[in-house]
Amino acid sequence: MINFGYKISTPRSIDMDSADSRLYCQLVEAVPSYRYCIGCGGCTATCSAGQFTDFNIRKAHFLFSRRQYDKLASDTFTDTDLNKCMLCGKCSLVCPRGVNTRGLILQMRKLLLK
Amino acid sequence: MKRFWNGYQKAIADDHYFYERSCIRQTFFPGSEAAFLKILREELGKDICDNPHQHTCTGIGYHSDVVPFETTMTVVARLFSLMTECGYRNYVPSCVTSFGVFTEMLAKWEEEPELKEKARQYLWDACRREFEVPDNIAHPSDIIFKFRFDLKPKMKYQLVNRFTGKPLRVVEHIGCHYAKIFTHAGIGNAEFPYVLAGMIEAWGGEVIDYPERRHCCGFGFRQYLVQENRGYSIANTQKKFESMESYEPDFILTNCPGCNMFLDKWQYTIAEMEHKTYDKEGYGIPVLTYEELTGLLLGYDPWSLGLQIHQVQCERLMDKIGIPYNPAEKYCDFTGRRLPSPEKPEFLKV
Ligand code: SF4
Ligand code: SF4
Repeated sequence: MINFGYKISTPRSIDMDSADSRLYCQLVEAVPSYRYCIGCGGCTATCSAGQFTDFNIRKAHFLFSRRQYDKLASDTFTDTDLNKCMLCGKCSLVCPRGVNTRGLILQMRKLLLK
Repeated sequence: MKRFWNGYQKAIADDHYFYERSCIRQTFFPGSEAAFLKILREELGKDICDNPHQHTCTGIGYHSDVVPFETTMTVVARLFSLMTECGYRNYVPSCVTSFGVFTEMLAKWEEEPELKEKARQYLWDACRREFEVPDNIAHPSDIIFKFRFDLKPKMKYQLVNRFTGKPLRVVEHIGCHYAKIFTHAGIGNAEFPYVLAGMIEAWGGEVIDYPERRHCCGFGFRQYLVQENRGYSIANTQKKFESMESYEPDFILTNCPGCNMFLDKWQYTIAEMEHKTYDKEGYGIPVLTYEELTGLLLGYDPWSLGLQIHQVQCERLMDKIGIPYNPAEKYCDFTGRRLPSPEKPEFLKV
């Protein structure tokens, strides 16, 4: 091949048309209130686990809603991160949209960690 | 309702234009500008001035952040002074980048009149010239659009596939600087750009509406001009090709030199890098300028329109429309002397 001195960059945009939505649909079915999330980050701000570890609940459910399941189980956000949640439920208390955030964590664990 | 659509219209002067040529089009699509002048003068009987003293608008350097605003402003003022000197008031820049620069300058001068006075002073200090602001700035594609129904009866061919009798399916791509910077500057605004779609529909073709229709062609100035960044440029173009591929376009029509160049030439580069072409047979999708298309349909000789300079060859498209051409004359100069033929690419069929 001719060496042009550059390669075609891999786009970082997420192609939702070709993404696998099955797990996401299962999550929404199990926790219907997730539809109302506005991404405010209140859950992350109040999370005690998040204060002391890398765990970030908003990041976790955002990655899930963007069908980036492999990133939830990757080196940067390891599968054990989901296990860092103590299931204390503080996040559910602050969520302005009434999302069952603790339920989200439980279901994501079920779906991803099996 | 009528008032609502007023915001999507644009005033285009009727006659007496001052033409400003593009820096790069003469090299990549050498027949287009000459075709435009011929169409205006001979087909439409318009008066258009092609002044030999014109020069760059600095657009490419300006958008690459190597030419400062004040310099661009003074260069634009000098071009306007040429127009003023020739006695014209309707400015027609061939290139969409220039069109964006001029529209930006007029908006700047209106918002900050002291900048216009500065431009007058700079121009006077630099070359003792004076200028008037044009009454109307229109891109040549606007003018062809305006007269599309006047040109139609003169056309020998239609955008119809003569083998199937169906309209040709066309992807239209409008340069970002045409209406994305100043939305009022374009026909149909930035929301419903209609300048090329209007030509295609008027001349018998069918416009393809595909997901990445309004995505950038990938030029992006610095993304291309710095070699290390070219991966971004080509990735953008590839995104468009992938999006349009399933609609099987017969050709792509553009109104901007950069878009024309990148949509055409990147097809070769992608074919070399990934052995991928975006048509079924491996020839690529031909890319035409609106002047080349108008000229072809009017019956102008394809080789005098410069179609042999394109990367993706247009013979198969001309066969579909039924336009005759002489393969023996493809690589001849205007005296009929044969010129050397270009090398054939390894993967993209020609
Ligand atoms: S607090 Fe509720 S609405 Fe805000 S990001 Fe968390 S789940 Fe979503
Ligand atoms: S339930 Fe989990 S995510 Fe929510 S605040 Fe407690 S530790 Fe954090």
